[in-house]
Amino acid sequence: MSVQIEIPNSPRKQRVTNWEKYGWLYMRISGPLLIVLIFTHVFVNLFTGEGIKQIDFAFVAGKWADPFWQWWDVAMLWLALIHGTLGMRTVINDYTEKPKLRTALVGTLWSVSGALILLGTLVVFTFDPCPPTSSPDLLPSFCEAIASN
Amino acid sequence: MSVVPAGTLYRGKVGMWSWVLHRISGVAIFFFLLVHILDTALVRVSPEAYNVVIESYKTPIIGLAELGLVGAILFHGLNGVRIILVDFWSKGTKYQNIMFWIVLVLAVGITAYFTPGHLARVLEF
Repeated sequence: MSVQIEIPNSPRKQRVTNWEKYGWLYMRISGPLLIVLIFTHVFVNLFTGEGIKQIDFAFVAGKWADPFWQWWDVAMLWLALIHGTLGMRTVINDYTEKPKLRTALVGTLWSVSGALILLGTLVVFTFDPCPPTSSPDLLPSFCEAIASN
Repeated sequence: MSVVPAGTLYRGKVGMWSWVLHRISGVAIFFFLLVHILDTALVRVSPEAYNVVIESYKTPIIGLAELGLVGAILFHGLNGVRIILVDFWSKGTKYQNIMFWIVLVLAVGITAYFTPGHLARVLEF
């Protein structure tokens, strides 16, 4: 009986999408983008002006009144959370031995990330900088002009 | 002749320790990100709810933790550039050791530059 062996040096057949490769590439493409997005975010919010002390509703409302910062923050949300989820997935894969536990943890991870991406995106785009029932002292200054019209 | 492993533990030297720091800083930033999305989502509840929760970021203890966060973000981002250079630049592996020290000096240096002003705000000097 002869044994059938594969022809040496024949390329392996790639039948399915190589998700591991795209995950690896995603980390290296989103990384530099996140450096620009997050370093600017931290610089504007924590290094300049009154730093952490300036952060309140009026500050956020003032930023998100401009679509530029809305899109900036949404881009950061999507890129960072997917980057973080892929990283956490690598950590889970490194330390879990049991396949069932691994699947459960990675499944939970993606569910939580998906829910937070949806929540964050909805918050940025359905946000009202001048809620009518709130005290004007808590709102950005431009709300007065809108209220007096 | 017996070979004595260089460095400690996984004889990794800078390569191993940069990996350890990259992993720890990444996990820490991930958990902060989860919290940060939830606290920011409170702007959709009410200005009062958001302001009450964001006040906790201005307390001394959380204020100190924010220095760690800034340091972790700087290290993780800059070391990420180092990893990309090791992967894609032909001289990346040759200079990976010096690049690690540049990353560390930049991360520590920028955090140190940020520290006095931030501490003055959270400790109310």
